[in-house]
Amino acid sequence: MKDILKKSSFKALMAIIAVFALLNTLIQTGVINYYYSGIINLILINVILAVSLNLIVGFTGQLCLGHAGFMAVGAYISAILTLKTNMPLILGIIIGGIIASLFALLIGIPTLKLTGDYFAITTLAFGEIIKVIIMNMDYLGGASGLSGIPIKTKFPLAFIFTVLTIVIISNIIKSSHGRAIISIRENEIAAQAMGVNTFKYKIYSFVIAAFFAGIAGALYSHYIGFLQPASFDYLQSINILVFVVFGGMGSLSGSIISASILTFLPEALRSINELRMIIYPLALIILMIFRPQGLLGNKELSLKIFKNLANRKEDKVC
Amino acid sequence: MLAVQNLSIEFGGLKAVSNLNLSINSKEVVGLIGPNGAGKTTVFNMLTGVYTPTTGKISYFGEDINGLKPYAITEKKIARTFQNIRLFSELSVIDNVKISYNYRVKYNLFDSIFRTKKFRDEENKIQEESLELLKAFSLDSKKDELAKNLSYGEQRRLEIVRALATKPSLLLLDEPAAGMNPQETKDLMEMINWIKDKFNISVLLIEHDMKLVMGICEKIVVLDYGKKIAEGTPEEIKNNPKVIEAYLGEGA
Repeated sequence: MKDILKKSSFKALMAIIAVFALLNTLIQTGVINYYYSGIINLILINVILAVSLNLIVGFTGQLCLGHAGFMAVGAYISAILTLKTNMPLILGIIIGGIIASLFALLIGIPTLKLTGDYFAITTLAFGEIIKVIIMNMDYLGGASGLSGIPIKTKFPLAFIFTVLTIVIISNIIKSSHGRAIISIRENEIAAQAMGVNTFKYKIYSFVIAAFFAGIAGALYSHYIGFLQPASFDYLQSINILVFVVFGGMGSLSGSIISASILTFLPEALRSINELRMIIYPLALIILMIFRPQGLLGNKELSLKIFKNLANRKEDKVC
Repeated sequence: MLAVQNLSIEFGGLKAVSNLNLSINSKEVVGLIGPNGAGKTTVFNMLTGVYTPTTGKISYFGEDINGLKPYAITEKKIARTFQNIRLFSELSVIDNVKISYNYRVKYNLFDSIFRTKKFRDEENKIQEESLELLKAFSLDSKKDELAKNLSYGEQRRLEIVRALATKPSLLLLDEPAAGMNPQETKDLMEMINWIKDKFNISVLLIEHDMKLVMGICEKIVVLDYGKKIAEGTPEEIKNNPKVIEAYLGEGA
């Protein structure tokens, strides 16, 4: 058992290194041009956002409509730190994440005790409040935005943070803590009756999700170089939620795939600009009609699925 | 072991349960019966912390447990099943059982992120123990099935397994025989007796099936309109005029 575990994680590590080496060489040699490498970075940032939101929405079953608010906190905090105090970027990113998770703790304690829609409404309000506060702080550039942030989010950095996010969240989910988190989604009353401190685990999951949203925000601010409060409004929160729903609530690989497709799609459709705003929503509507549970439902993409599919086909032939 | 004194609860002026006294000794099977709406499940909900009693005292092994949260009561070794099955339906059978280990898991969040040795040892132990428990209830062959795909009888059985995995010394069963045919009910009776001996626990059960109640309970408590109207051995309850009146009406 242990050997298999080690073997499979070793294989996964090798695969990650191979993907990284391949993409990095292609970017270094210019095969993937500046424009497309930018899109890859944006995809990685969106993957972090989608995976972290999935933890709270898909696994814990608590609808959070303010993920962009945590992203904004991470983005502005890290930007100020690198811009005004010359702090190293990595440190700025991590502090951004920590402050975002502190905000989550602050909102989570009063609201996660309640069940129902209160949490969704409060997080929605939080996102808007953060936006308005930033708009009114001249120190943060106000409504006109904060410019001159050093553009330091390069592919290796974004890639490492994305892999770390996925590994950490997936390791949490595949543990006793993760099972407790999922049991809240499945049946909160039964979870409590089986000894799960549901409030504690809701807080855990929310704080962790906000931490990674903050990190994604920090990566974003050093990718785009210019921050505007309007880019962190509720539409952005909904956008991240769309990644999660599209990929399947409760599926990390689903979130990764959907965030990649839905970030790339609008860029790819740029050449047919008039149709862009039709094709993108149409793709969402079609998916929701034919696969309401999202691309992967709550399953994970693995070699096993392909093997099962192959077996099923063989059965049919027989 | 469990002693309930003067337990009452009101919902906006309606007394759902009033002045209930109840005691359960170790390794005893006690039945809680009464017509629909008598307040039986409300009693369960107070014992497990879902409702806080308006007045009264619940003590367990001499310790005052009223007002505790449901998960804290589970930690004190009282487990329950539900009248309408509440499994974690999208999870596998074995994961349903493993969740009951959560409150006493020895590793923390960092161990699970970094997959330390402590994490692996504990996970192996939980896996082994849950599997053993499933085997005892012949559910081990279905361990990877989703709970929602089990048959009705298996789902009821899994609820009991899941409750037992919390290592209780008192098990509360809310209508365990609901929807079962006579043969299944008979098997269930044997199972409850076997559980009592094997796991060394007491059982408090709500049930409408009189054959089951009379067959396995050493003591029966009868509720009507939230009040206890009788308590005694099955023989005593059978012949109690008050009980007959509550069930069949006056003059029967």
